[in-house]
Amino acid sequence: MEINERIKDLLGKHPVLLFMKGTPDFPQCGFSAAAVRALQGANASFSTVNIFEEPELRDALKSYSNWPTYPQLYVKGELIGGSDIIVEMMKSGELKELVKS
Amino acid sequence: MTATRLERIRASLTAGLQPDTLELTDDSHLHAGHAGARDGRGHFRVYIVSKRFATMRPLQRHQLVYRTLGDLMQTDIHALSISTFTPDEAQTRQPGHFNPR
Repeated sequence: MEINERIKDLLGKHPVLLFMKGTPDFPQCGFSAAAVRALQGANASFSTVNIFEEPELRDALKSYSNWPTYPQLYVKGELIGGSDIIVEMMKSGELKELVKS
Repeated sequence: MTATRLERIRASLTAGLQPDTLELTDDSHLHAGHAGARDGRGHFRVYIVSKRFATMRPLQRHQLVYRTLGDLMQTDIHALSISTFTPDEAQTRQPGHFNPR
């Protein structure tokens, strides 16, 4: 599958999807760990992709989203942001609202 | 080396965003030895107050910052923690609000 098709396919299948470094149990970056904690704090049901296991996707997604770093959170196919935005939205309660519908 | 890198980042953001306030911190020492630090690029934290952020959501503000930094995101910056405010927003924040950690 062409890489941009694969990105769209993933985003279509997973309403709350975090592209991160490592896994929720073993995050390999403090920013990815913070994003996971925020999602868990918002009681979100979410899927993750470990970008270290997907080098091609890792590069392609940066152009796709115009976002040069990881983690990246998508809800219903739309980029929400990186760890600063995710954590901020968790604190304000917005994240809980966003992921529950 | 680090001073030069900080100057490059500062110059890029100053030219691109005409900020009222720009505080840039090099956090690279906090991440020495972790996987993301091995490529030699740094971890930075930036606090920006700019009129340019008016009417923009956090996602768009961060994308503007990343776009402004352009190639520096590939060559010099591994991770960037971003706090953005308009001049009006900055006035209503309590001092010390800026502490993303």
